[in-house]
Amino acid sequence: MAQTVTREQIQEKVTEALVELGADREAIKPEAEFEALELDSLDLVELAQIVEEEWGVEITAKDMETMKTVGQALDVVEQRAS
Amino acid sequence: MREGCALVTGGSRGIGAATARTLADAGWPVGVNYHSGADAAEQVVADIEAAGGKAVALQGDVADPAAPDALLTALKERFGPVLVLVNNAGVSADGLTPQIDDEAWGKVIDTNLSGAFRLIRRAISPMMRARFGRVINIASVVGIRGNPGQANYAASKAGLIGLTRTVAAEVARRSVTVNAVAPGFVSTDLTADISDDVLEAVPARRAGTPEEVAACVRFLASEEAGYVTGSILTVDGGMTA
Repeated sequence: MAQTVTREQIQEKVTEALVELGADREAIKPEAEFEALELDSLDLVELAQIVEEEWGVEITAKDMETMKTVGQALDVVEQRAS
Repeated sequence: MREGCALVTGGSRGIGAATARTLADAGWPVGVNYHSGADAAEQVVADIEAAGGKAVALQGDVADPAAPDALLTALKERFGPVLVLVNNAGVSADGLTPQIDDEAWGKVIDTNLSGAFRLIRRAISPMMRARFGRVINIASVVGIRGNPGQANYAASKAGLIGLTRTVAAEVARRSVTVNAVAPGFVSTDLTADISDDVLEAVPARRAGTPEEVAACVRFLASEEAGYVTGSILTVDGGMTA
């Protein structure tokens, strides 16, 4: 499972997940805050589960504290997946 | 029927065995976890299979922090994700408070409370993803009322009740329910040493059966119980009435 995951792949999957969790697709941008997307901590826990299922990446509670925007979440996933 | 299965911890005997049997009868493939009773667990599996159901016996000490991942991974490969989790495994190490040493305290808390917590922690996200899940914790009336000689056991069961209510509120909007069943005096190996005098405190004047507790678990695990969450169902012949 040592294949490289690109930023684009992560962005695509995370976007799909956020839409599934109720976010407005048009509003999903790197600088968009989860709060503004009306996503809460339970949604982020579910996002973490989706990411783990997809790439085996574990997002910790500490990681989540730093994830206020979509871009920050992408950074964390990219960092963990590489 | 949903794609997934049930896990019953401490499923080789007593309430756990009765629960494993009835969940299999309800159509769930069942993981029958046991710690030391391999033969008894295999018997439960054989009974389920003879009745046309699916089951597998899984060894594992729930007090071991590595157990949840091992159990859930093994079941996922065999039957799919665990959508019904019954935290039934329990031990007791009775004594008046001054006589309960750290080992007796730790053993009971680790198995009855921490073991349940770790399994819930590991199982709940896949349930949320599935937009369906049932967690049923086997508590005890002792966790509601207290019982001299069981400070550790009562604390673990009261802890399970707090855990039940809290997780229920956290995940309710994902259609995952979390409930507890609180049995009173039920005839099992765990209560074998208790004197029949206890029955005087039971309005029904008899001990309950494992099957009577299991029937409540079956209901809480059903589709029909989707709006029941965070509740503590006493099954005690009126003991706490």
